[in-house]
Amino acid sequence: MKYKSLAIDHPKDLIFGYAPHTVKTRRGLTFGTGLVYPELNFTLPPMQVSKDNLKPISDQYRSIVHGALERALDLHTNGLVFEFEALLEMTRHPEIGVEIVKVMNDVCEEFYHKYQLKSEIRLTPNDLREFERPPRSRTSPLLDLMFELFDKGAKAGGDILSIESTGGKEISDDALMMCDIKASFFALAILGVRDMKMLWKRIVEIARRNNRIAGGDTACGFANTAMVLAEKKFIPKVFAALIRVLSVVRTIVAHEEGATGPDKDCGYEGPYLKAIAGIPISMEGKTAACAHFSPLGNIAAACADLWSNESIQNIKLLAGMAPTVSYEQLEYDTRLMNQAIRNGKESILHFQKLLCDSDAFLDPQAFILTPKNIIHISKEIIKGEGHLENAKNGCLKALDLMQEGVRSGSLKIEDKELVWISSLRDEVASIPVNEDAFIAQMMPLLDSSKFIPSEYGIFV
Amino acid sequence: MTALLEQLKICVERGKINKMSPYPPDLKDQDGADELAAAAVKQGLPPEDILQKSLVVGMSNIGKKFSEGKAFVPEMLMAAKAMKAAMVHLEPFFKSGAVKAKGTVVLGTVQGDLHDIGKNLVAMMVEGAGWKVVDLGVDVGPDKFKSALSDHPDGIIGLSALLTTTMVNMKGIVEQLKAENPNRVIMVGGAPLTQEYCSEIGADFYSPDPQGAIDYLNSLTT
Repeated sequence: MKYKSLAIDHPKDLIFGYAPHTVKTRRGLTFGTGLVYPELNFTLPPMQVSKDNLKPISDQYRSIVHGALERALDLHTNGLVFEFEALLEMTRHPEIGVEIVKVMNDVCEEFYHKYQLKSEIRLTPNDLREFERPPRSRTSPLLDLMFELFDKGAKAGGDILSIESTGGKEISDDALMMCDIKASFFALAILGVRDMKMLWKRIVEIARRNNRIAGGDTACGFANTAMVLAEKKFIPKVFAALIRVLSVVRTIVAHEEGATGPDKDCGYEGPYLKAIAGIPISMEGKTAACAHFSPLGNIAAACADLWSNESIQNIKLLAGMAPTVSYEQLEYDTRLMNQAIRNGKESILHFQKLLCDSDAFLDPQAFILTPKNIIHISKEIIKGEGHLENAKNGCLKALDLMQEGVRSGSLKIEDKELVWISSLRDEVASIPVNEDAFIAQMMPLLDSSKFIPSEYGIFV
Repeated sequence: MTALLEQLKICVERGKINKMSPYPPDLKDQDGADELAAAAVKQGLPPEDILQKSLVVGMSNIGKKFSEGKAFVPEMLMAAKAMKAAMVHLEPFFKSGAVKAKGTVVLGTVQGDLHDIGKNLVAMMVEGAGWKVVDLGVDVGPDKFKSALSDHPDGIIGLSALLTTTMVNMKGIVEQLKAENPNRVIMVGGAPLTQEYCSEIGADFYSPDPQGAIDYLNSLTT
């Protein structure tokens, strides 16, 4: 792993609004410099997405951006980001995605020139490789379509490039359902890391060529899936918390390859990336309840530089269209955080403490997101040589902290979950830190119909 | 019930597959469902008793715990695997088909959609409940369903979607399958789905969770 020391090594410096390595956009938003910005994400109401339907689709996106920017003027915003998270057909047919970016960017430009209102677009194409089972991670022609949308979408006005990549998910899905932590290690710390290296090398290159920002990735398909399964009581919360820590070594690869942040909103591993790599991050919490439930509503904001809503359908509510309503909620949240920043460090830390204390006791997934625990675990994550060893060290530390939290009364875990802490520790402790040895150990245990080893550079 | 059947029931309930399996940790190195079922057959215990008094009770117990929020999915799935390991020893005794699957369920995530963990979960749990599952994967259109039904004419269909923009593709699939066979049973599920939408497109059943699908399927057999 590239990182050998923490960019932020004290919990009191791991706060919202500030990041060691700041990022400036072309219209002048500055992330990590002492302001938290809203990041609005949205999706279409039930409707067909196809090339034949482009006009009504474009009209939807145009009106969403227009509605939010008009409200932003009224609320005296410091600026905002729109995330265009493409729907599958928009990446499968990149010309659809490019056209939507262009439509959105035209509205952003109009408000910038008329009112000096700064807004930017985060462009998030889909990872199409999952259409093929097993996926061809490196040789699939679907990769060309993804990179085409990155490139042409950046030219059309996409400022921050991101993706929820899925390399290793073909092994992770079953591992999550079976709570097989070794298979999850294989999916994230072996397959995920290798895939991220390949993918982000190219995304960073596209961003540089187009003078755009390489934002970052998210382990949404891994750790958020675990979070949702735990929320439905299908798997233990301690397992989901461990998957979050494990996902750090995978998601940070984007930044090892040159991505500067802001990292993507649904990556709840973001605060770890901020501590280790010093990048600004986007986060989502209670404002994302429109898209999914989580036990992290308040604590997710503790270290955020952008504050997002994950996704909301463009439907009519009493006040107005849902994305405009959602934007207003984000704006008020960020206004509060920015007021705390203006009041000084003590005020930030007080506000942050409230955000953390209100969630951390109730769920291990929140517990591992307190700044103190993030720093403890991050120190372990950079201690070893490779990603696998670092994942193991981080997970063992997380298990120790959870155990100690239960013992000291600072973490509440249901009785039926307690047994999982010790069994997971045994499993994690038995993982060899040598990659080749771990691969040799795991290969006979994995379903060979589910993935293609050579697509990850594994030849055994 | 003999001590052997009691022990076999516990192994199924706890998901102890065989002596080699490390799960659950507190039963490590002990005989599992595989060895105990073989021993029960060897002792000459009636296969019907082994099935009904031991295996079925073990599965039923873990199912009840799951429904009450006292067990997790992996515990259910391990129990299903233990049951399967035990059934291998009973199959020769049920020539009449008493241990045949309850029926066939043909599952798929609809065209344009790649999200399948929910569908996979349903597949695993439905299979664990004694049904044969034909999983067509993701991005599945009406033709692939029709083709699968030609091999499984009595198959019950399960459609899954996670996006508001792909759930609309369910309508066409339901229309085409019902046009071929108005009695075809079709279940739907996925985050954006509702009972209203299920009724609107003419599907037969909607459940927000896998257990609901299992309960519905089992209700069709009684």
